[in-house]
Amino acid sequence: MRTATILFTLTALLIAVALVAAGIGPYPIPPQTVVDALWQRLIGGDIQSTIDTVLFNIRLPRIVAAGFVGAALAAAGAAYQSLFRNPLVSPDILGVSTGAGFGAVVGILLGFPVAMIQFLGFAGGLATVAIVVTLARALRSSGDVLVLVLAGIVVGALAGAAISLVKVLADPYDQLPAITFWLLGSLSGIKAHDVAATVPVVLIGLAPLILLRWRIGVLSLGDDEARALGVEVGRLRAIVIAAATLVTASVVAISGVIGWVGLMVPHMARLLIGPRFDRLLPAAILLGAAFMIGVDTLARSAARIEIPLGVLTAIIGGPVFVWLLAHNRRRLLP
Amino acid sequence: MSLLEARDLTIGYGHTTVAGGVDLAIEPGTVTCLLGPNGIGKTTLFKTLMGLIPQLSGTIRLEGNEIAQLSRPRIARHIAYVPQAHPAEFTYTVLDLVVMGRTAYLGTFGTPKQTDYDAATAALEQLGISALAERDSTRISGGQRQLVLIARALAQQSRIVVMDEPTASLDLANRILVLDTVRNLAASGLAVVLSTHEPEHAFLVADQVAILGHDRFVTGPVADVLTPSQLSALYGLPLEVETTPSGRHVVGPAASDQIQP
Repeated sequence: MRTATILFTLTALLIAVALVAAGIGPYPIPPQTVVDALWQRLIGGDIQSTIDTVLFNIRLPRIVAAGFVGAALAAAGAAYQSLFRNPLVSPDILGVSTGAGFGAVVGILLGFPVAMIQFLGFAGGLATVAIVVTLARALRSSGDVLVLVLAGIVVGALAGAAISLVKVLADPYDQLPAITFWLLGSLSGIKAHDVAATVPVVLIGLAPLILLRWRIGVLSLGDDEARALGVEVGRLRAIVIAAATLVTASVVAISGVIGWVGLMVPHMARLLIGPRFDRLLPAAILLGAAFMIGVDTLARSAARIEIPLGVLTAIIGGPVFVWLLAHNRRRLLP
Repeated sequence: MSLLEARDLTIGYGHTTVAGGVDLAIEPGTVTCLLGPNGIGKTTLFKTLMGLIPQLSGTIRLEGNEIAQLSRPRIARHIAYVPQAHPAEFTYTVLDLVVMGRTAYLGTFGTPKQTDYDAATAALEQLGISALAERDSTRISGGQRQLVLIARALAQQSRIVVMDEPTASLDLANRILVLDTVRNLAASGLAVVLSTHEPEHAFLVADQVAILGHDRFVTGPVADVLTPSQLSALYGLPLEVETTPSGRHVVGPAASDQIQP
């Protein structure tokens, strides 16, 4: 089974990247020590206290968070590409990232604590997509995909304008840098309890995408064909939008806005495993997690300051995407 | 009881009526040809018959059941749809595209099993295109793509196959291939419903002809419906039907100074 081999290799890659990432930082830990510490933790043995603190309080929460952020964005991107029948669609097509950005930025402006900012980001993302879907249904009751995308562009533009307004109003020495940093994405302030709060929500959102993977693939043929093949399109589309919005909003709430991953990773996965969604989705999840852990490790260790994740994903994503298009036109574009 | 029966059907979208007074019965082992000018609503009629668009009035019964009451998977197990061939947005292989015809037989959370791949392979074999199985479906010719979509309909194992202009934009050889396939499917017991712009195709393959005009819907055996007067009224141009010595029917303009296609 070629598919099984690829998925197994990607799983191995994800584990390897995570172990190496756990060792990289101001206090380097060799991979075998990382494995040993994990094992000791599992069986309740003794771990040297510095390693214990660095690994389990600082690095692992951040690695787990990065993994879930990458997996969620890649899964949502792959699902939307199938739903909107367009390989150039990313998870924020319906405005979830901009909405989350607006919620979080308001929280920063009002001086709320971090947890509240995260919650506002999450709520802002969900609310924006709810407005987009309601608007699209009001304009065209049949729930046309094109109307949905156009409504997403309009509401996204409004949220973007609102973000700009908040930036103008914000204190330029204290709040504005925080807002800018948040809008570029970062996992630098991540705590174990943030991860514990986010992971279940992401899993709840990923579950329907994974379970319905075959039908989501059939949806890529278009509404009429999918319905003629026996798919209840309206219901499935609602579930996919809800699930993709949930996972995206929940990770954007802890990481800030990170572009490119949801667009690029599904393409890389498609190149490895083909366009069939039931195979593409697990590959995109594994690859997204490994990619994001790698990028976040770079963000925290490549320079003396934290590099914003959105900057890195764009620097890496842009050229890689052009390379993918140039060398694999046949596989990527019809 | 007919496989599919429409009574006093009015079709359209929302407040716009496209056509009315449609009475049609589809029987197993027959080919029904739908003729009508461009933009008259042939695709709308097909979509309504498959329950994809609600009818404005009248009844559609699928093997005795009101179609609006049936779930999509149940309808899909009875009617397969062959849309006008177009390349998919994603570069699925031919086999992957054909196995999607099995969707109605999978559980909500299911993925295709070996039996589904067997059904897809058998469908490709039946149409003689097994060699295409691993080919990229966006990189094959228009005629091959049409056959692949017909193979997907066969994998769906329904008793009715609805084809939307299956011969449009095909070259002569592929048109003959598709019409042959249509005849063979009907001979194997399926009911085939297809739309076409070529009255000659109806003479070649149809048992029943339906014509959808601006103010009427007429249905019946080929010889009764495809008369010069009906065709002339349908297309708004004096037409005549000529029978060649070998028994072929040729439709052309009645006026001798017009080009004979």
